[in-house]
Amino acid sequence: MSYPESIDYAAIAPPVVCALGASGVLLTDLIAPRARRLLPALAAGVLLGALGALAAAAAAAPTRGTFCSTRFCSYAVDPFTIFVQALFCLAGVVIVLLSAASVEAEHVPAGEFYFLLLTSLAGMLTLAAARDLLVLLLALEVVTLPALILVGLRRTDPRAAEAALTFFLISVLATAITVYGMSLLYGVTGSVQLGGILDALRRAPHQPVAALAVVLAIAGFAFKVAAVPFHAWAPDTYQGAPVPVAAFLSVASKAAGFAGLILLLAACAPYAPSWRPVIAVLAVATMTVGNVAALRQRHVVRLLAWSSIAQAGYILVPLAVPDPAAALAYLGAYAVMNLGAFGCAVAVAGRRPRSAVADYRGLFADAPALALALAFFLTCLAGLPPGIVGLVAKVVVFRSAVDGGMSWLAVVMAVNTVIALYYYARLAASLFDTSPDQAEPGRGDATHLLPVPAPVAAAVAITAAVAVVLGFWPQALLGVVPGFG
Amino acid sequence: MILSAGGGAVAGQDVAALPLLLLAVPLLGTLAVTASPQRLVRLVGVGVAAATFGLSLALLGAYDVSAGMVQQRVDLRWIPALGVRFQLGVDGISLPLVVLTTLLTLLCAVYTLHTLPAPGRPRAFLALLLLSEVGMLGTFLALDLLVFFVFFEVVLIPMYFLIGTWGGPRRRYASAKFLLYTLLGSAIMLLGLLGIDAAAGTLDMVSLTARAGAGIGSRTQTLCFVALLLGFGVKAPMWPLHTWLPDAHTEAPTVASVLLAGVLLKMGTYGLVRIALPMLPSGARAVAPWLGVLAVVGIVYGSLCCLAQRDLKRLIAYSSVGHMGFVLLGIATLTSVGINAALFANVAHGVITGLLFFLVGFLKERYGTSDLDDIGGGLAVKAPTLSGLFTFAAVASLGLPGLAGFWGEMLAMLGAFRPAPTLSRPLFLTLMVLAGVGTVLAAAYLLLLLRRLTTGTVTSRWREVRYADVGAVELAVVTPLVVLTVALGLYPRLVFGFTDLAVHRLLG
Repeated sequence: MSYPESIDYAAIAPPVVCALGASGVLLTDLIAPRARRLLPALAAGVLLGALGALAAAAAAAPTRGTFCSTRFCSYAVDPFTIFVQALFCLAGVVIVLLSAASVEAEHVPAGEFYFLLLTSLAGMLTLAAARDLLVLLLALEVVTLPALILVGLRRTDPRAAEAALTFFLISVLATAITVYGMSLLYGVTGSVQLGGILDALRRAPHQPVAALAVVLAIAGFAFKVAAVPFHAWAPDTYQGAPVPVAAFLSVASKAAGFAGLILLLAACAPYAPSWRPVIAVLAVATMTVGNVAALRQRHVVRLLAWSSIAQAGYILVPLAVPDPAAALAYLGAYAVMNLGAFGCAVAVAGRRPRSAVADYRGLFADAPALALALAFFLTCLAGLPPGIVGLVAKVVVFRSAVDGGMSWLAVVMAVNTVIALYYYARLAASLFDTSPDQAEPGRGDATHLLPVPAPVAAAVAITAAVAVVLGFWPQALLGVVPGFG
Repeated sequence: MILSAGGGAVAGQDVAALPLLLLAVPLLGTLAVTASPQRLVRLVGVGVAAATFGLSLALLGAYDVSAGMVQQRVDLRWIPALGVRFQLGVDGISLPLVVLTTLLTLLCAVYTLHTLPAPGRPRAFLALLLLSEVGMLGTFLALDLLVFFVFFEVVLIPMYFLIGTWGGPRRRYASAKFLLYTLLGSAIMLLGLLGIDAAAGTLDMVSLTARAGAGIGSRTQTLCFVALLLGFGVKAPMWPLHTWLPDAHTEAPTVASVLLAGVLLKMGTYGLVRIALPMLPSGARAVAPWLGVLAVVGIVYGSLCCLAQRDLKRLIAYSSVGHMGFVLLGIATLTSVGINAALFANVAHGVITGLLFFLVGFLKERYGTSDLDDIGGGLAVKAPTLSGLFTFAAVASLGLPGLAGFWGEMLAMLGAFRPAPTLSRPLFLTLMVLAGVGTVLAAAYLLLLLRRLTTGTVTSRWREVRYADVGAVELAVVTPLVVLTVALGLYPRLVFGFTDLAVHRLLG
């Protein structure tokens, strides 16, 4: 293995650009504190730069690898990598836009904030291309550690510290289990490269230790995607963290978990009979617990947290089939609609930080465009028109389950969709509730929401536009999902 | 006119202009309405609705009755990855409903020239009206299950806002109930649609109809049929899923009531005839007896509730439950007579109940209430024309021969007299007798209503209050419906001429 000589710099450019950009942001903050207001623009620029690097590399050669041994590469750029990395970059830009106003308003140190955000995103970009257990694990940790600090960054808020601690403890536990599983996997197969593992497992199809190893290795990713029973951190963390960070965790961080899970499961394909039931059970538990818990929430960010747990359950369904393409398709749609919904929550939280459901009542009267956007995103998440993008995503997953011979899972998912409808529809309907007799204590003079900060408004507008376009033209998403159709 | 050679596998893209225009005109109309100056908003709305109505007449003219098949196909690539195509078209089943939809929408738009309920805001009102028209037309034109579902749902949102914003004092409750009931029904319906998709591997309605359930196990068919029945039953409304309707009707503004009764309820029964019956025939045979029973319970229950109502709008809402019971009974017989009757009764109920709700709107505008006790009697003295119109509509509603209400209900009972051979004849004979009791009850409550409202003396409260009889705009709104009621009654081929061949094709 003499690969340092032959590094394909174009292939590793996206995470490298992102990591260098992260340092650049931190340095800029140190050297020129007056330029602090430009940091969001800089961060967004870094992400767009990473996206450009990705496009350049992909245009030159759609599949390429680097850090290769004789047969396999530890880092690969293929359609999967390209799709997931592009998703991270775009989601990252939206999250930067969402953060711009609240970082200022909540006295979060801006330099650190964007540094940590970009670092975590650099981890994600690496993770998408990782084809090696060690790279995967390192990337996963690079994703998680900055996120931990991001959650606790609002130093004056005791809830933030508590949220960070919960997040940390569960994270450590999950990582430990994953590392144990990975070490077993290495022990059984003698390879850390996913390709090597796949080969070795094919040759040794019936080893209980290997089955155990796979199931244990899944745990760390189940934590990242907040699958039940590794979900307990999510609602508290989302609620305690600044809302943009919650958006980051629920979309980007979750997508990273799914990307890792897809890679790991692909490497363990010969053991599908062992892990399929595990994923199926995770899927059922995740969507059911998420939806039932969401029914009772009176806090909008918490409600969105439980909803995104439930949504993760839907994404797990095709992974149990296994049909990763359908999972990626849902993930893409989910990223758009969930970012949009959280974006609206960020806009409202700016003026009504309590974020109670009651604070959203009659939002239409104060901020019609915002209320319409939020209602639209909620219908997307519910999977009903006019949120056609969500409907199509649900149909994709449903079909995938039925075609894969797991009709029962499709039925569980369908029943869950019906349950979820109730809380989505209730929240959406309350936005248009103009009855004067519902004056809530605490709303007082803060009723005037406008103006929503420009970057936040832009983020909501962008996600809404994308969701509308994907509704009319779902093929734009499904056509670019690797391996779909 | 472009006719596609067959279902599904056509790789080319058929584009018939009329169906697309029927959707595009009201859709663009919503934008035109929102963009036009305040004074012109209603006129623009009327213009758009009139243009759409004209298009539907053109569709009527272009339709080749003798062919009987789906015509005016639109078949465009939409989601190739899922094999979903954007497919539209009409046949004898959907065409009458398309015309009914555009006509009622036009009349509603004209009515807004006369009055608009508080809080005004004509732009939003007319935009929502046209948006709901897009959804309704799309539902009747769709030939792909996913496209159908999307349009079916699109109707909900504007209707929710129409009731929730321009409705009566309990509009919040009524609109939320409407939304939650129908959303829940839709979600269950979606299960049924996805079930069909899972079992048959396609969402193409034409090829699914041609296949007539081949390859779908009978248990799957029954399950899917039940899911669809629950979804469509909420909309229709089928007893006991009807409870949202009286509240929605009571609180809804006149225009929303007209569309709700005139078109929205039909979407449910249309879905049953268009999707559930032909695609799941074995499920239909299994569930039909239950459907028949629920239909007749609805007929009798609706009529009994009518006898007990004080509120005129609520009364008509319950009468809708009864009338739609006849439609469901016709469907449950699984015979061509019964289904033809159902489709006729669909249209007839749309016309007559649309007329009734307009008239109630006129009354409410004059009396400020739709409570029968508050209004008192003597309408014939105070407003002879209005009273006469009301009498006409009520008599039509009770199914007097020679008017539109007669054929559908009579033939639905005839269908029950001779149900499909696989069904239990004694059961359906019993159902027929009970439905007959329902017609007697309907006559009773409508005649009682007329006596209470039109005859008698004007109560002291209203004696001094002066108001005009039916005005020009109001007359313009109701005249087409009166004419149609008579025309359909005297010449039922106006509907049967279209439906009969299509129903025969449907039943194979």
